[in-house]
Amino acid sequence: MSKVSKGVLGMANYDTVIGLEIHVALLTDSKFLCSCSTAFGAPPNSQCCPVCLGLPGSLPTINEKAVECATKAGLALNCQINLFSKFDRKNYFYPDLPKAYQITQDAYPLCSRGFLDYYVDDQLVRTEITRIHMEEEAGKLIHSGSSIVSSDYSLVDYNRAGIALIEIVTAPDIHHPGQARLFVEQLRLLLSYIGVSDTKMEEGSLRVDANISLKPKDSDLLGTKVEIKNLNSFRALEKALEYEVSRQGEILDQGGTIRQESRTWDDRAGRTMSMRSKGDAPDYRLFPEPDLPPLCLEPAWVESIRASIPELPLERLGRLEEQFGLSRYEATFFVHYPDFCQIFFDLAEYDLSPKAIVNFLMGDYARLARERGHLDARRIAGLLTIVKEGLIGANQEGVVLDALFSSEKSAREIVKEQGLEALRDSTELQGVVDGVLTANPDLVARFRSGESKLLGYFVGQVMRATRGKADPEVVNKLLEEALS
Amino acid sequence: MKELIQSLDVREVSAQEIVQHHLEEIAQHDPGIHAFITVDQEGALRQADDADRRRAQGQALSPFDGIPIAVKDNISTKGLRTTCGSRMLEDYVPLFDATVISRLRRAGLVLVGKTNLDEFAMGSSTEYSAFGVTHNPHDHSRVPGGSSGGSAAAVAAGEVPWSLGTDTGGSIRQPASFCGVVGLKPTYGWVSRYGVVALAPSLDQVGPMAKRVEDAAALFALIAGNDPRDATSAKAPSFQVPAWDPEVLRDLRVGVPEEFFSAGLDSQVEHAVRGCLRQLEDQGAVLQPLSLATNAYAIDTYLTLVTAEASSCLARYDGVRYGKRVEAEDSNTMFAKSRSAGFGSEVKRRIMLGTYVLSANHYEAYYEQAQKVRTLIKEDVLDALSQVDVIITPTTPTAAFQIGAKRDPLEMYLSDLFTAMANLSGIPALSVPCGLNSHGLPMGIQIMGGNFSEALLFQVGYMIEQGVEGSARHGQL
Ligand SMILES: [Zn+2]
Repeated sequence: MSKVSKGVLGMANYDTVIGLEIHVALLTDSKFLCSCSTAFGAPPNSQCCPVCLGLPGSLPTINEKAVECATKAGLALNCQINLFSKFDRKNYFYPDLPKAYQITQDAYPLCSRGFLDYYVDDQLVRTEITRIHMEEEAGKLIHSGSSIVSSDYSLVDYNRAGIALIEIVTAPDIHHPGQARLFVEQLRLLLSYIGVSDTKMEEGSLRVDANISLKPKDSDLLGTKVEIKNLNSFRALEKALEYEVSRQGEILDQGGTIRQESRTWDDRAGRTMSMRSKGDAPDYRLFPEPDLPPLCLEPAWVESIRASIPELPLERLGRLEEQFGLSRYEATFFVHYPDFCQIFFDLAEYDLSPKAIVNFLMGDYARLARERGHLDARRIAGLLTIVKEGLIGANQEGVVLDALFSSEKSAREIVKEQGLEALRDSTELQGVVDGVLTANPDLVARFRSGESKLLGYFVGQVMRATRGKADPEVVNKLLEEALS
Repeated sequence: MKELIQSLDVREVSAQEIVQHHLEEIAQHDPGIHAFITVDQEGALRQADDADRRRAQGQALSPFDGIPIAVKDNISTKGLRTTCGSRMLEDYVPLFDATVISRLRRAGLVLVGKTNLDEFAMGSSTEYSAFGVTHNPHDHSRVPGGSSGGSAAAVAAGEVPWSLGTDTGGSIRQPASFCGVVGLKPTYGWVSRYGVVALAPSLDQVGPMAKRVEDAAALFALIAGNDPRDATSAKAPSFQVPAWDPEVLRDLRVGVPEEFFSAGLDSQVEHAVRGCLRQLEDQGAVLQPLSLATNAYAIDTYLTLVTAEASSCLARYDGVRYGKRVEAEDSNTMFAKSRSAGFGSEVKRRIMLGTYVLSANHYEAYYEQAQKVRTLIKEDVLDALSQVDVIITPTTPTAAFQIGAKRDPLEMYLSDLFTAMANLSGIPALSVPCGLNSHGLPMGIQIMGGNFSEALLFQVGYMIEQGVEGSARHGQL
């Protein structure tokens, strides 16, 4: 979770208006318009065919799985699913675009009018989703120099060309860079919940373009918007927007005007740079794709997709808080780590308090599980049950937990084998206590003359003598009695 | 064709001999006609040899196993260069067969070569090929029509018994008419476009060309059918060659649209077509005058849509992955130089027109308007076809014109005046020879019908063919 930064540089005179366009690569085994594999990391140009290379005469056919993923995303984002949608061609020349046009959806997108709710500083806010449409990915250029212009040569890898994407477009109702980040974080989480994308920003499967403008407070007129392209980390998104807020604010403060343009984020320099102005923007000559008939969906099919949508992050957060009494912090942890959450739910089936489960899972277990993988909920429940029953002392929990990770035995078996049962029999412990006090007459005298902090030392000695098995409560009681 | 198949069946001749014979015909006639861009002599003989072996083992793939065929050079053939009549693809060898080619191979047909066409099928005379002009076999000073001029001329000259062409606005029917052969533009979607290099995907169709209606129907049966690789492919059953029964004409309602018999129509063409209509009437058909007023907008609509789609379809020839590349300092300059060097002037003209009609400032006035008019044309045609069974018109306003006669592109575009309507509305249309004019040049009659009415069109075409005197049918060749 990131901290929200508001009013970054004290631009108190302006409201910030941000809208996002998020490109998400869908998790389909094969590409959008052909049957090539989408696996990441294969040798260059090994996952191509006549269709995704745009060879003469090749024709696209729609991958139903991609439509399914896009529909699922639309439903999870509360969108209207348009039973009739169409494909269009977006024409432009670029070496990574095999057909010199991208198949996309312009006039009739698959999904429209949705929203996503998410928390900003404990406040539930809503961002409208204007539309979600499907389109195909381009190839990947590898430049010999730093850019296509400055390179002696560039290589093209078309493995990525034709992978199915969705573009999610929000309304311009995000008010500060931190909110934009929180929105994308929540969106990413939601998409991973429904399993439609691996949402790996570092591999480019989730990329953000951001539109940002400033308008004077109390004004209804929107300012001139600037588009920042290809933000591929949360940090880049937030930093680039913060930079734009201050850049545009300074220009406006000095009475200047904002140029409508596209900019890129230079991460090293920490600033945005002009890419092209509106006048240079290409005319994409969009027109209906004649090779693909309109996409017509059956209402029953859409409903079957709706039925397949699992519990979403926000619902889950609410359930963890309301049904199990978790704090926002705890619930958020489990929402962000669905694997831990699953174990939480499994453990909640046992007669254990949610508090005990949460403390356990968020404690040492979290570290060990990340290193060595999760334990069976059944075995964890065994451990938490004997702790609850008092079979072992809290201080023995770690020993048993380590043993659970390194063997197949149950907690009970481990305790038995290693003789870890807690000692709480007063008669038995009385002897140990007496022994410790007899062995340290000086210290006993000092304690009696007022050095009360020595009690801890005596407890430690008893624990040591019992190899940690003594019940600290009983030991404390016996020591207090003997020393009074 | 029947005779060929029979002699193959009784092993009177071998496929080798048949193919060899046609290769000799090509060697003899093609220097004067130039119907072919590529003749695959070696491959053809090898395929013929395979066919003979199959026949010897009683494992013929179809009745046509071993019969030669030529294919327009914008249809992808694996391992055999597919140039589209363009310098751009001079050395382009496809990695895959078009679906229609796979279907031909599955029936054992022997592909002898690739025929000439106007560059990327843009033209009506086969004069715009980067590989030279094709000559009309009936008069070498005249064009064979286009853009499937090579496929029409090869059949007319007897170089192959049949061929495949493509038709976007008349590119099968017009050359069929000029060369005195039969040509079908099928119902949109009945033949797969997979592997057919696109001119305008919403209009393009592959179709058969042959000397006789029966043969064209048999070839159509081989190529028609659904193809999952073409999303616009119709979920139609395969095509069955119909019985050739004169009864089909009894009470057949034949629509005769007045707009196709008005000014601009050559009087000899009109005479020949009206003669055929009278003959059909004599055999029981009922002629019904009707109006297809929207045909007045067909050419403008057609040109707007074709250029728009073509400008996008041809954008992929950028020199990056295949085809002609002219090296340059940066990629944009490379695109520009490669395209300037690779494309001929007609292709450039249409790309510019298409880019213009799709541009943001003109989209509404041109492309969108054309789509609306297309809908009106379709409604007009379907309305007419709800009143009649078939519509009969001349295929072209005139017989074949002289090479070099049409210097004005607009005049050339008018060659599609009677044919574009079928493409715009998607319906099938068949052109059948209907006689020779005073210069001995063939003329064609066009039969249009509702979607998937090819069987009826062939039946009517067959009856017309029967009525046209033998010598006048295909000309004196
Ligand atoms: Zn592919």
